Amino acid sequence: MHDAIIIRLAGLTREYRMDAETVHALRGVDVEIRRNEYVAIMGPSGSGKSTLMNVVGCLDTPTAGEYWLNGVEVSAMDDDELARVRNREIGFVFQTFNLLPRASALHNVELPLIYAGVGARERHQQASRALERVGLGDRMHHKPNELSGGQRQRVAIARALVNAPSILLADEPTGNLDSATSAEIMDVFEQLQDQGQTIVMVTHEADIAARARRVITLLDGRVHSDTVREAA
Amino acid sequence: MPFREAIRLAMQVIWAQKMKSTFSVIGVFIGVTFLIAVVSIIQGMNGYMTDRFASTLLGVNTFQLRRYPGIQMGDVSADTRREWRRRPRITYDDARAVTAGLSVPAITAWESTSRADIVYAGAVAKDIEIIGATEDYFRLKKWNLEQGRPFSPQEARAGMPVLVIGSELADRLFGSLDPIGREVKIRGNPYRIVGVVEPQGNLFGISLDKFAVAPALSAVKRLVNPPRVVDAVLVQAESIDDLRTAMADAEAVMRSRRGLRPAEENTFSLETSEAVLDFWSKINNVLMLALPLLVGVSVVVGGIVIMNIMLMAVAERTREIGIRKALGARRGDIMRQFLVESAALATVGAGLGIVTGLTAAGIVQATTFLPAKVAPWSIAVAVILGAGVGMTAGLYPASRAARLDPVEAMRQE
Repeated sequence: MHDAIIIRLAGLTREYRMDAETVHALRGVDVEIRRNEYVAIMGPSGSGKSTLMNVVGCLDTPTAGEYWLNGVEVSAMDDDELARVRNREIGFVFQTFNLLPRASALHNVELPLIYAGVGARERHQQASRALERVGLGDRMHHKPNELSGGQRQRVAIARALVNAPSILLADEPTGNLDSATSAEIMDVFEQLQDQGQTIVMVTHEADIAARARRVITLLDGRVHSDTVREAA
Repeated sequence: MPFREAIRLAMQVIWAQKMKSTFSVIGVFIGVTFLIAVVSIIQGMNGYMTDRFASTLLGVNTFQLRRYPGIQMGDVSADTRREWRRRPRITYDDARAVTAGLSVPAITAWESTSRADIVYAGAVAKDIEIIGATEDYFRLKKWNLEQGRPFSPQEARAGMPVLVIGSELADRLFGSLDPIGREVKIRGNPYRIVGVVEPQGNLFGISLDKFAVAPALSAVKRLVNPPRVVDAVLVQAESIDDLRTAMADAEAVMRSRRGLRPAEENTFSLETSEAVLDFWSKINNVLMLALPLLVGVSVVVGGIVIMNIMLMAVAERTREIGIRKALGARRGDIMRQFLVESAALATVGAGLGIVTGLTAAGIVQATTFLPAKVAPWSIAVAVILGAGVGMTAGLYPASRAARLDPVEAMRQE
């Protein structure tokens, strides 16, 4: 099962209508990502990497083409089905963390479990375990503004992992962090991959992308290059 | 999201923004306060009218034959008043004929009243209600005596100068002394106290225990009425059916005595407690009709305020909504979250309104003669109203929140 295909994109197209103009954000992307891969998606701004990220994260639907996630075609799903896929299959890590400011770290991590319908006691245990896993066992009841940037991103990672998703989807995860903290977060990602997690990360920083085993570069809505680094 | 989770979240948000929450529920709060207080007071009045007012003044299953109505309800025109004053008075003979003409068992009594001072030794009780009555008056009024006895039929027929007095009057004249057998004077005529009626309480704050009853044929007759005239003949039947029969009998007797032709109106009045209650229920109906209108206006205004507050909340929390959707919240989850919050907000407002309304009713009860009786249905209506207004007002904001695009929403600062 180690090289089962988790993500298959075929002829993926996404167009936006802006007034009279049509913006072609994605112009036919074909990519396959296998289980336990660690993929960085790079590209200059306007290359379509954010759009690709949103489509892969089921936050957006393609105009044309197919998106298969874990053997299920998600490109044809409706709003509520997509919400369910986001909840079960995808763990998001955002550049701006996107934590609820008034809620504790623990409650933030519990959120995906609430929408999965997990009972309160079970939820508590799973969320606590996820926080311990990212080294924040002693910060569970802190609010986001009581935590450092690195700690906030760890909370977000714990939240992304709590539902044991098929893919961890990170959008510029180090964009708001200093280099030391960025390195820490990258270490966490590497550990996760070692534990079998599939990771897809969008970044425009070459040194961050270099931590991934495979780098896909987008240009003008198409795959420009797709290189796999030999294991060190 | 489970319902319990939504409630917990809503309460957190409401509590976190106490100030804003307070202002946003003020309309619902005022509406509900008003509803509870007014309904409590109306209900209290209702109970009072049926239990005390009507029966105290007129008696259950009792009618009064009078020259014109003793209790005048609503507007009485000047013409009507002039006609009333032209009517013949009710005479002793009328009274006797009516009593003789009844075809059903009934208690009858005469009643004539005036006001005068009562003097005992040096003490004076001013402006006391003096009643000239016949012996069955006490039984008809259902007055029990706490001391002594009522006057006897013999004393009544002979017009003996005996007196039965109210308990407050007894206290005022005699204090701790035993009133029985003592001699008092009314307009210079001596009377001997034979009984004291047990306390009757008060009506709209007026004591019902400051009166003196003497036989109608005693010296009071010169005080209360022109010769051989009574104010009222009281007839108490055993049932409501008997009462109707007795009223028909009395009407027939009086019409024949006065030689009225079929087309002519009665020149006397037959009054029952039903008439008073009918009048009260008319007032009651008007109040009960006006109430929903008043409550409705404040609740609609309150609903609009809540809707705006919720629209603001959705705008402020767009990012939160985006995050929740990204993490797997479906439209229904977001919808429910905001609907529950809106409903909880309004229900909390209604709850505060209930407490304040009850307090207001309690204060009215304690400080005035108006009795207040809380109607359980009004509390139920208030709660349902609160939740309903909240739900309705929250519908539009909640559906806007539910339809937000997660990517757009998360982009908001």
